[in-house]
Amino acid sequence: MNIYVCIKQVPDTEATILVKDGKSINEANVKWIISPYDEYAIEEALKLKEKLSGSKVTAVCLGPERAQNALRTALAMGADSAVHVDCAVVLDSANTAKALAHVIRADKDFGVVFLGRQAIDDDASQLHILLAEELSIPVATNVLAFAFDGQKVRVEREIDEGAREVIEMAVPCAVAAAKGLNTPRYASMMGIMKAKKIEIRKVTLAETGVGEAANLVSLLKLSSPAEKPQGRVIPGEPAAAVHELVKLLRDEAKVL
Amino acid sequence: MANIGLYIELKKGGFKKANRELLTLAAKSGHKVHAVVFCADPQPYMDELRGVQVVVQVQGADLSYQPDRYAATLAAVIEEFKLDAFLGAFSAQGKDLFPRLAAKAKAGLISDCLAVDLEKRQAIKPVYSGKLLAEYRVEGQRALFTVRPNVIPVEAVVAGSAPELKSMALDMTEPRTRIVEVIQSASQRVDLTEAEIIVSGGRAMKARENFVILEDLAKVLNAGVGASRAAVDAGFASSDMQVGQTGKVVNPKLYIACGISGAIQHFVGMKTSKVIVAINKDPEAPIFKKADYGIVGDLFTVVPLLKEEIKKALG
Repeated sequence: MNIYVCIKQVPDTEATILVKDGKSINEANVKWIISPYDEYAIEEALKLKEKLSGSKVTAVCLGPERAQNALRTALAMGADSAVHVDCAVVLDSANTAKALAHVIRADKDFGVVFLGRQAIDDDASQLHILLAEELSIPVATNVLAFAFDGQKVRVEREIDEGAREVIEMAVPCAVAAAKGLNTPRYASMMGIMKAKKIEIRKVTLAETGVGEAANLVSLLKLSSPAEKPQGRVIPGEPAAAVHELVKLLRDEAKVL
Repeated sequence: MANIGLYIELKKGGFKKANRELLTLAAKSGHKVHAVVFCADPQPYMDELRGVQVVVQVQGADLSYQPDRYAATLAAVIEEFKLDAFLGAFSAQGKDLFPRLAAKAKAGLISDCLAVDLEKRQAIKPVYSGKLLAEYRVEGQRALFTVRPNVIPVEAVVAGSAPELKSMALDMTEPRTRIVEVIQSASQRVDLTEAEIIVSGGRAMKARENFVILEDLAKVLNAGVGASRAAVDAGFASSDMQVGQTGKVVNPKLYIACGISGAIQHFVGMKTSKVIVAINKDPEAPIFKKADYGIVGDLFTVVPLLKEEIKKALG
């Protein structure tokens, strides 16, 4: 099976994000990582490959030049090949889905496509489904358990209050990972060395047919939210402080 | 006047609170509001829906949630009633359903909105896990929005004339994505994303079994129990309890952080809570800078005291 994993490069979770010129972020001093949910997707793709002899994993990433580093990491973790869709402009989820679908569709034998349930930059939380619809394949999101019995994919996804939906899908299909699906591996030294020798295939946006297509959703403005004013620490012994806290919660904050 | 549609989400037949928030938002817009409910009998919901102009009842032999069927049906509803904008809650179901609908209706979707301007088809949503806010606009004929629960204050329904009742048939195409079973959680927990109050524990909980003291407090408050990434990674709590950038984004009226230092990736997951209370032994913990009220002390002493005090206060 040709397994695919779509990843996105995003600022590190600990990074402070500042707005530049109202529509983009200041990238100076930003450390870039693979979006955490996409790491679960990579791990699950690699686990599936290890179970199915003759299968291989291709990582696909859309983004500017620096996105190659994310692909290098995916290769070091164990992906066999990588495709970089070179894109320096902001695409909405629908256009991103079209561009990625173009790459995957070109492979007649594509099987399971893994993604993260959302990228932690724009948090749009829809690419995985739009991509699947573009490819006319089934898709499950927020997946916590994955199994493939050689015929069909069976996943469990978290819904409200810890309940889970069990979903069955034919292959090809798309699976969007949530935290808890697995523990992503670290790249081994050998993996890192091997990854350096693999050529990353580059695809231009024009080649995907998306080009300068108009976005359905356009970004107008980015801003920093108002900071919460600093609160107060209630002094005193625990019992007295707790008594005072409950009074404040009831009479001042009115949340009890 | 524009035509607005709302997806009314039912949970085991019950009317979700998030629906009232959508109804408030739509009523304020002054447009013609269509509420779409998948149910065999709309009567139990008509009182809640008395402020809208049209109730669209989707009928079918088996109305259990199947995302492909629901999305195809809603795309047909949007077409039939010429809806300019269609909204739902950014709930577990909304996250699954609305992107499918976006693909089928060929409409732009803005997810997790904090505010929606139906006139301009614009919305404000958190990005970078809430470190920034983004304003987006949907281009094209139709706009879809999912709204974050607990953001819009619910207002009393202003009822006009009784809503017109229309019906649509559920799309019966064989779904590609098939839900074969729903496994209920063993414990009946309060859902964090829609909880009014959350009690959360961090690394200082020290062990999984210690979460019992948070559960006891939560019981008194009818609250959900959350955890920081540090607590989840240490194995003290399950990953579905994690609040933060790689966990759940929550928005309760009261968030009680116990033994949580307040790393940025946790803070962005709960910063929109109306009131934040921090309990931490370390007076230098960053959480105190972000909390409305703080108590410096050992959570193993403070939390049980707090439980007793709240019990007293609530009578």
